[in-house]
Amino acid sequence: MFIILSLLLLGMGAGYALRGMRGVHRVEQSTRFTIMLLLFAFGVSIGSNRALVADIAQLGWRAMVIALLGVVGSTVAAGVFQRVWKNSGKKGGAA
Amino acid sequence: MKGNLLLLLSLLCGIGLGAADATLGECIRHYALPTCLLALLVLQVGIGLGSNGDLGALLRSFRWQMLLLPVFTIVGTLSFTALAALLFRDWSVGDILAMGSGFGYYSLSSVMIADLKSATAGAEVATQLAAVALMANMVREVVALFGSSFFNGKGGRFAPISVAGINSMDVCLPTILRTTGDKGLLPLAVIHGIVLEISVPLLITLFC
Repeated sequence: MFIILSLLLLGMGAGYALRGMRGVHRVEQSTRFTIMLLLFAFGVSIGSNRALVADIAQLGWRAMVIALLGVVGSTVAAGVFQRVWKNSGKKGGAA
Repeated sequence: MKGNLLLLLSLLCGIGLGAADATLGECIRHYALPTCLLALLVLQVGIGLGSNGDLGALLRSFRWQMLLLPVFTIVGTLSFTALAALLFRDWSVGDILAMGSGFGYYSLSSVMIADLKSATAGAEVATQLAAVALMANMVREVVALFGSSFFNGKGGRFAPISVAGINSMDVCLPTILRTTGDKGLLPLAVIHGIVLEISVPLLITLFC
């Protein structure tokens, strides 16, 4: 967690220092490429996990149900949060 | 859309290659490739934000109410996940809640469940629960990544953060900022990820 946070801050500092440099804004493209590589590595670790692959047929649908219920629950909760956020914004006088 | 297809293709290629050659998985783990890529990703997200120009305004946008979003995510996720107990009667509500408490943190949640449950329920049950936790949290990460704009449309701009769970601060962060079109969500997404990262071990210990 601290490593991630420090890397984020380090990147922000570097980005701020280099903001005038040409090409620094291309970082958005390289970010997408890194996500692709990350997903590829993630896929390899799923595919090479024999026990997991064997269990997918038997337990996969249960995992899917648990995941989707969590996703629906958090979408609903986010909707409620948006209302709380708006109301508190009005009271505080900010948008 | 084209970008999402490329991402999905990378995932599927990885699964296919990993299944075809298991040594590839060992190789990736040996060099800690996912950790390095994650570090690189976070660094790039930081550079992107730093070079943006309105960094000061972004940091000044912190509000204490931001700490409430992870609480909403936890309550929403767990109250809906508990419904799975009606379907899977051979599992206790506690076990199901433990599996739902990963918030996309599949590595830690599955290892913790395997460890804690093997002491009380035996190795076989523990492995099964850990495998389901692993898959459920992987599914959550993938759904959050590919469905970000869908959730933005359905549940508002906070929904992609909430669905991403712990990944709102790293893997899903660039996608969240892009699909919502609101760079001001950065502090909220990062705080959300950090609070959930702290809650995962606490909640799993509580439910196991």
